[in-house]
Amino acid sequence: MSDNSATQPASPGMAIDDEVIIGLEIHCQLDTRTKLFCGCSTDYRDDPPNTHVCPICLGLPGSLPRVNLKAVEFSLRVGKALNCGIAHEAEFARKNYFYPDLNKGFQITQYDKPIAVKGYLDIEGEDGEKRVRITRVHMEEDPGRLVHKGGADRPKYTLVDYNRAGIPLIEIVTEPDLRSPKEARRFLNKLRATLEYLGVFDSEKEGSLRVDANISIQPKGWFEREGKGKADRGRVEVKNISSYKGVEKALTFEITRQKNLIRRGQKLETATRHFVETRGVTTSSRSKEMEQDYRYFPEPDLRPLRVCDWAAEIMLPELPDARRARFMEQYCCSPIHARTLTGELKLAEFYEKVADIDTALAATWLADTLLGELNYRDMSIVVVPPEQFRELLELLKEGSVTDKTGVEVLRVLLDQLKETGSCEGPRACVDRLGLRVITATPTLAGEDPVVKAAKEAIAEQPQAVADYLAGRKEALNFLVGQVMKKTRGCAKPGDVNTVLANLLEEG
Amino acid sequence: MASVTFAPDDRYNAFITTLSEAETGPGRLSGIPVAVKDNISTRGIPTTCASRILAGYIPPYDAHVVTLLKREGAAIVGKTNMDEFGMGTTTENSAFGPTLNPADPTRVPGGSSGGSAAAVASGMVRMALGTDTGGSIRCPAAFCGIVGLKPTYGRVSRYGLIAYANSLEQIGPMARSVEDISLLMEVLTTHDSRDSTTISCPYRHTPDPSVRGLKIGVPEEFFGEGVDPRVAAVVWEAVTRLEQQGAEIVTCRMPSMSFALAAYYVTCTSEASSNLARFDGVRYGPQADTRRPWHESFQDQRREGFGAEVRRRIMLGTFALSSGYYGKYYAKAQAARQQVRNDFVRLFRTVDVIAGPTMPTVAFRLGEKTDPLSMYLSDILTVPANLAGVPAISVPCGTSEGLPVGLQVIGQWFRDEKVIDVAAAYEQGASL
Amino acid sequence: MIEEKDIEHIAMLADIGITKEELPEFTGQFNEILDYFDILDQVEETGASEHELANVFREDEIEPSLPQDEVLANTRDAEDGFFRAPRVM
Repeated sequence: MSDNSATQPASPGMAIDDEVIIGLEIHCQLDTRTKLFCGCSTDYRDDPPNTHVCPICLGLPGSLPRVNLKAVEFSLRVGKALNCGIAHEAEFARKNYFYPDLNKGFQITQYDKPIAVKGYLDIEGEDGEKRVRITRVHMEEDPGRLVHKGGADRPKYTLVDYNRAGIPLIEIVTEPDLRSPKEARRFLNKLRATLEYLGVFDSEKEGSLRVDANISIQPKGWFEREGKGKADRGRVEVKNISSYKGVEKALTFEITRQKNLIRRGQKLETATRHFVETRGVTTSSRSKEMEQDYRYFPEPDLRPLRVCDWAAEIMLPELPDARRARFMEQYCCSPIHARTLTGELKLAEFYEKVADIDTALAATWLADTLLGELNYRDMSIVVVPPEQFRELLELLKEGSVTDKTGVEVLRVLLDQLKETGSCEGPRACVDRLGLRVITATPTLAGEDPVVKAAKEAIAEQPQAVADYLAGRKEALNFLVGQVMKKTRGCAKPGDVNTVLANLLEEG
Repeated sequence: MASVTFAPDDRYNAFITTLSEAETGPGRLSGIPVAVKDNISTRGIPTTCASRILAGYIPPYDAHVVTLLKREGAAIVGKTNMDEFGMGTTTENSAFGPTLNPADPTRVPGGSSGGSAAAVASGMVRMALGTDTGGSIRCPAAFCGIVGLKPTYGRVSRYGLIAYANSLEQIGPMARSVEDISLLMEVLTTHDSRDSTTISCPYRHTPDPSVRGLKIGVPEEFFGEGVDPRVAAVVWEAVTRLEQQGAEIVTCRMPSMSFALAAYYVTCTSEASSNLARFDGVRYGPQADTRRPWHESFQDQRREGFGAEVRRRIMLGTFALSSGYYGKYYAKAQAARQQVRNDFVRLFRTVDVIAGPTMPTVAFRLGEKTDPLSMYLSDILTVPANLAGVPAISVPCGTSEGLPVGLQVIGQWFRDEKVIDVAAAYEQGASL
Repeated sequence: MIEEKDIEHIAMLADIGITKEELPEFTGQFNEILDYFDILDQVEETGASEHELANVFREDEIEPSLPQDEVLANTRDAEDGFFRAPRVM
């Protein structure tokens, strides 16, 4: 097997001509200062329950909603960025259902007149560039937050906090164009990047994104043939996914579950399931939800939105695709680096703050090294001070540290950041740890640290020396490793190679 | 702070809550006792909508109109009885018992603002606020023999009015004289951006009782089937008197009247079914039983908290909006509503105002109307103004069987001044 | 023609809690009222007219929220700043 990464082998239970069909409904909190229909602050996350509420978002009798202009503007930006048509007339509607997180017994949303429809977002799909169609974008209010209490020993009840109630949301609905959990994740990453570039969304805020996923496994080509027609196999809606990683996990779990059912010859019913993040599984939810009749009707307390002309005037900032193209053009980034670096607004901005030192060096160290180290520590780019990273890049560029010690320094600094929120300067760190690069002198003089270490290694490893001299050149790599260890990585690998080779030849 | 002492002999059960000491201050309404219907939120004063489901609820804020009344120095002396959530035509559907009609205590005062009407008619207060969703100011004004105005939709802020049917209702003034109606309108029309359905259109007007050259349209349908001929005769006489004062009377037709009432009831019950979903006993009102599952608790809450008429209307509205019936009921009602508007647009091309009876009959006997549909039918003459959003006033125009009869004058959008002028003309003409 | 089982269904949709004893009366009244509503079948749909008023907005400016004690003042069932509600799970 030469290549097992590009194409997934058909998994057991799934006929070779089956395919996975995924559509997403994504709820994002818009990053406005106030709620959608009242002036309460949206900055509620660290505050006690029910302290960011007023008669309106508490649904007190007699209160009336008022539309936040900024939320409309943000929604228009999203609609435009997703290449949607902006409605001639959009309208808020009431979605009627009874649940304690709903302060009014209905949610104000948009139903048959959403603010934007029929768009698309291009992503990197399994087989190259892929266009994912957007069905609609609509505005709605977030419900409150519920905490379930009680247990076996005492009656269960629910605690309700309305601080979140009324936070503006946009719901973005895709056509079922995604074909794998990986594509779904890529779509979400691209969407997140787009929303952040637009300045309407802050993914760092907990719970700011929630996803419902529709997923089914159908005979290959079924969707293209039948579209939304009735399938033999039911479609499952997985609700309640609240993290990016969760989406891929939930979908992967659900695909395996559905495949197993198909393999056992069981019928797949259309159903709603809930994703339990902590356990990484989806569980059946009661069928009552399927029978919901939301009795939508136009919200009589609000007037329509006629914002087509306004939308036309709104200028969009540079979006990820444009920035990616510019990075390749302006900084000569490789396509992969350009995609990675522009995949997050803050990363792209970070890159542009350090690129002047050496565009290629900065791209490699940012996209390949720093990101990996951050992920490993579950840290975000925002905590890294660009000036410190610049200093590290300077050290690397001037050859004061090797790649290996550069990584070591980076790790020390990131650990300090994670621990204390700040870190020492890279130069100071290098000196403190004695990690400055050691340059071998060509004379092979005994006082040269590289030569000294090489001689020690030769003395300590007669077997490797014998192997090398017997013509097994790979034995040299072993000796290089020994020297690197002795010099704590401060020696340049090239130097070590030359020194060792010369010493052995002389030997 | 000055205060007004209020210790009324409330023999008609006009009030749900009274304040023995009401604050007053300087302003155009300084020292004047004003009663406020109990579906209008008052900070610190219980606001019940005459429903058990709001027992114990004390709003933490004032409705916009209450702020305006206070700003002008009015003494808010009490909260008046009403049909629960405004759903009724008699003020019998109240958790606090019926209000009696001061003109004849064996009769209903009309509704749903019956408490406000009785408080004004009996002299307990000089003026009051009512709310009018399908005639709820004009009907009790007519039955009790006072003046009541439903302003143009969007002229008075509904902020703080506990919604029954948002797209239809307005807060409006009730008083014994047109002059006081005019005074209250000056206070109530200060714009409030918190109600997105309002526009800024302040009322600054002194009633002009001259109707010379005014064209008054009289739709045949307002004197048709179901209208008591004795009431019709009294109203015709009133119209004739306006003619004698120089107005021109033009008979006309309003074909949309045939389905206006159905459109009204579908719309108001639909909106109500949604508006009244918030009373779940979690945030206010009688506490939900947290030992029971949510839906069971919620059902108990609503069964025990709402009266029969409210539950009936919630169910009707739920049905009218439900999947499979929305098109037949709600959507059709909106189309019908548009035709009512169109009728008014057409009529107002040739006439300045439209006149007719406010109610098809005089006040009913207490307990007389038990069948819901026949009760609904009595709103036939008042609902068109709500469906179209136009202003309409009821002014006393005589008696039938010794009971007050109201003349209804309907005007063009945001020409509340004109219907007030016509009412003033009738009032002054009648007193000559 | 609406039957008692339909009324039960609507009551369930509306979460209104109808008792068995109430069913016959509600059903009868419903039918009478819905018969009257049938007149709407005659209405021709001419296409919804547009509201004259549109685009009513407020600026994204923070206004004070209510103090927590006022928020919870109308419930006797608060716990650690939360409202208490019946269980939903």
